[in-house]
Amino acid sequence: MKALSQKRRHPIAGLALLLLGLLITGGLYSVASTMNQAQASNTGSSYSAEDITEGEKLFNANCATCHGVEAVGTENGPTLVGVGAASVNFQVGTGRMPMQMQGPQAQAKPNQFSDEQTAQLAAYVASLGAGPAIPEEQYLDTDHEDVDLGNGGTLFRVNCAMCHNAAAAGGALTRGKYAPPLAGVSEQHIYEAMITGPQNMPVFSDANIKPEDKRDIIAFLKQIESQGSPGGAALGSLGPVSEGLLVWTGGLAVLIGFMVWLTSRSS
Amino acid sequence: MSTSTTTEYQASTPTGKIANFMDTRAGLSPMVKEFGRKIFPDHWSFMFGEVALYTFVILLMSGTFLTLFFDPSMAHTTYEGSYKPLYGVEMSVAYASALDISFDIRGGLFMRQVHHWAALLFVAAMSVHMLRVFFTGAFRRPRELNWVVGCTLLILGLAAGFTGYSLPDEMLSGNGLRIIDGVVKAIPLIGTYISFFLFGGEFPGDDIIGRLYILHVLVVPALILLMIVIHLFMVVVHKHTQYPGPGRTENNVVGYPVGPVYAAKAGGFFFIVFGVVALLGGFFTINAIWNYGPYDPSPVQAGTQPDWYIGFVDGALRLMPGTLGDFSFKWDIPFPWGTNTLALGVLLPALVPAGILFAVMFGWPWIERWITKDNREHHILDRPRNAPTRTGVGVAGIIWYCVMWAAASSDLIATHFSVSLNDVTYWLRALFVFGPFIGFIITKRVCLALQRKDREIVLHGREAGVIEMTPEGEFRERHERLDDYRLYKLVSFENKKPIPAQPGRDGKIKASEKQRAKFNRWFYEERVAPVTREELAEAKTHDHSDVPSAVEGQDGQSSIGH
Repeated sequence: MKALSQKRRHPIAGLALLLLGLLITGGLYSVASTMNQAQASNTGSSYSAEDITEGEKLFNANCATCHGVEAVGTENGPTLVGVGAASVNFQVGTGRMPMQMQGPQAQAKPNQFSDEQTAQLAAYVASLGAGPAIPEEQYLDTDHEDVDLGNGGTLFRVNCAMCHNAAAAGGALTRGKYAPPLAGVSEQHIYEAMITGPQNMPVFSDANIKPEDKRDIIAFLKQIESQGSPGGAALGSLGPVSEGLLVWTGGLAVLIGFMVWLTSRSS
Repeated sequence: MSTSTTTEYQASTPTGKIANFMDTRAGLSPMVKEFGRKIFPDHWSFMFGEVALYTFVILLMSGTFLTLFFDPSMAHTTYEGSYKPLYGVEMSVAYASALDISFDIRGGLFMRQVHHWAALLFVAAMSVHMLRVFFTGAFRRPRELNWVVGCTLLILGLAAGFTGYSLPDEMLSGNGLRIIDGVVKAIPLIGTYISFFLFGGEFPGDDIIGRLYILHVLVVPALILLMIVIHLFMVVVHKHTQYPGPGRTENNVVGYPVGPVYAAKAGGFFFIVFGVVALLGGFFTINAIWNYGPYDPSPVQAGTQPDWYIGFVDGALRLMPGTLGDFSFKWDIPFPWGTNTLALGVLLPALVPAGILFAVMFGWPWIERWITKDNREHHILDRPRNAPTRTGVGVAGIIWYCVMWAAASSDLIATHFSVSLNDVTYWLRALFVFGPFIGFIITKRVCLALQRKDREIVLHGREAGVIEMTPEGEFRERHERLDDYRLYKLVSFENKKPIPAQPGRDGKIKASEKQRAKFNRWFYEERVAPVTREELAEAKTHDHSDVPSAVEGQDGQSSIGH
């Protein structure tokens, strides 16, 4: 038996097969991931050399303290090589960067830079290495004829609601971190957050959620934001906690007032 | 009695004719005589039970409306109703029909919201009613059994609430069912079998909504109705309790008769309760099922909580530590035969705190009777301050419950007060252990202090806020004596003293009796005696004098608060 099997298969055949398998998997993966990256980074990167030099000046004056000269990173801030223009546009455009203070999480605050300056900063950071670019207009158009609200809602509940809450009212993460409420966030910023994964958010690449599906999610968010609450005051869309709070304060406490009134003696 | 010559009574007015017709057919007048003259004492705190009763009536009415349109089927369908963000989404028929009630049936959303708000209010009113009964000592003989019926009603209320909460088959309640499934599966040996039995196979299966539905619309409400009938029957048999006051004794009830005053008040109150619930249902969203989406066992959403009354169990699960610093608890204990484990990490928090709370709650009348050896009938209520230990125990229980309850919303506490979720959990864990003790000590002190204050007021009168200057130039505040009516309330309570261990029939003191005596001392050792007639007479002779206030009881050492 042993002799027979040895004749049939070379001893290192298994090893060779494993190696081949790994090579194929690895090769396919690298092709797939570079395709994704290429798809992301070659869109809308039409920055002029002037934008880049202006951006570098702004960067050195406002960002380099933490992110280092040429954005190589310091112990106070990560490197920005390869984060892409979308990341800059999100972080600076929502006021999260420059950061007010070190903390569990950068907080949104009023914008510190004009749109032009933000674009220049984005141009500079994009020039340092390939990364996600600013999304195309067609993927931000929530009135597009192909938009499917039901699909957007389903994707939102599966991918986003565990942190952001089913009604996008926000939620807590560990140690003071949090997922913010999504009402009032622009279409572009929502899209950029998905492709760059700011703060503690994971990246939802185009392989994970297609650009058209991202548009559905954004359209769903804009729909639930604009339609209002069908059942009256939404109580923050926080679910049973705010409902319980109201039934004790607005329900039972009010009834206690009536009880006291009913049992008071007329004098 | 009547002879052939007496003609039958003929009513002269239309109302009288109808009344007479009913009386001669159904014999109503003895009933009206009995119930119409039933006396109920008037106090706002006696009306929580009424709120519970009325919300139950509202629940029956709005629930009946909902059953006309709800379809408890877990069959798959594609939503094609008018709520756009869910259009074309696959879901169960149950969820689709709940959405139809909300969006496509006239008045449906209002009725759903009225039903849900009424449910929250129902349990809240029952809880507060029970707290009132506990803190005033109304559970004492002869009302122990009615207390047990009330506890059963509370549990039935929770069951009704939970089964109803799960019916729409949306993501929020599905997560709740998943937790129940996890707890059931954690039961040693038979857990998995019970879970498969409940869900008709592996969770979630295709059966659970239909099964919960029949529990929710038939079994549980029928049991609640039965218990309410027993509860009210016993209230009639025992007669209502009353707060201490002049003319109120253990043998009478001072208040209004049911007819006409009380019936009018109570009937009107029903409409007030209905009005408040209707306002809530009309203006405030409750259980926005359209946000949560159809149930899917894989995702969980931020801000997932049960309705308030189940919150304490959810909170206990959240408080259960997996690690303490670097130490990792090994809660899963394998059985020797190797195929099962004892999943204490789930069983301890899910069953033990709730078990302790309910066991103490059900058993308290007997626990207190055993400790105090007080087997007399009580129809006059205790003011909570005059039973400091019981009040302390009650507050300790409330704090324990509230810590668990708060833990169920730990994530929202973290986001809305900008604190770390982990810190919230750590603090609540500490309060879970120490909170009840701190609460007990503080409450008992406050009760004793209030009793001393009562003594002070009885002996020296109320501070009138008038400063007088004597001809010698001394300033002094005038004190006003209370009238006898108010005075009565402050002095008419029993000065209960510890009963030392009693020997049994054989002349020996049993160990359990020694234990009882220990508890008894804990119950009554620290107390403030009511002012006696002699003390009051004595104090009156001292009016406007500078004698320092003799606050403590007359029998010296033993009744001084330590």
